[in-house]
Amino acid sequence: MTPERLFEILSKYAESQGIRLNKDTPFVMDILQGLLTNEQRYGYRSCPCRLAWGVKDKDADIVCPCVYRDPDIKEYGSCFCGLYVSIAWNEGKMEHRQVPERRPRGKRLV
Amino acid sequence: MGKDRYKIKLYTLSTCSHCIRTKRFFKENDIDMEFTDVDLLTGAERERVMNELRKLNPDCSFPTICIGDDIIVGFNEEKLRKALNLL
Repeated sequence: MTPERLFEILSKYAESQGIRLNKDTPFVMDILQGLLTNEQRYGYRSCPCRLAWGVKDKDADIVCPCVYRDPDIKEYGSCFCGLYVSIAWNEGKMEHRQVPERRPRGKRLV
Repeated sequence: MGKDRYKIKLYTLSTCSHCIRTKRFFKENDIDMEFTDVDLLTGAERERVMNELRKLNPDCSFPTICIGDDIIVGFNEEKLRKALNLL
């Protein structure tokens, strides 16, 4: 899998969900490369913006798309990584602010 | 310049786009810094760096940026510029 192919697949997937990939394509390509690196490293596409445990059960909530994506998009217009965004976010109709970590601390590798 | 007074240290993940952006910001502004990609560390070395990071940012989220006594969490260009006197 190449980042370019993953981009095609996830663009369609996002549209089917009524959301979009971030229109900043170079930024998205960095995220996709990170996802593919984590897939090679751990065997699953763990969130590239979070430190994974490397144990699938412990990382289940942060396998992309993470369980925090939808509430983050609802509240901030963007997921934590900035991969998935709302249409309004992409169109500049809402503020592009830093998305705080929603994952409970007890689940994180700290 | 003020920016040269500080020792700048970044705690990052090699896979993280916000971390990549942060590293690029320092490079584009020609500011020296050192970074550690925590996901690339293993064993005792990772534990040592995580202990260090935990004291600075108990959330241990990435990137965590130390500019002198200022701790900035996440890529926030406005906060970085302010901390670096680049405004």
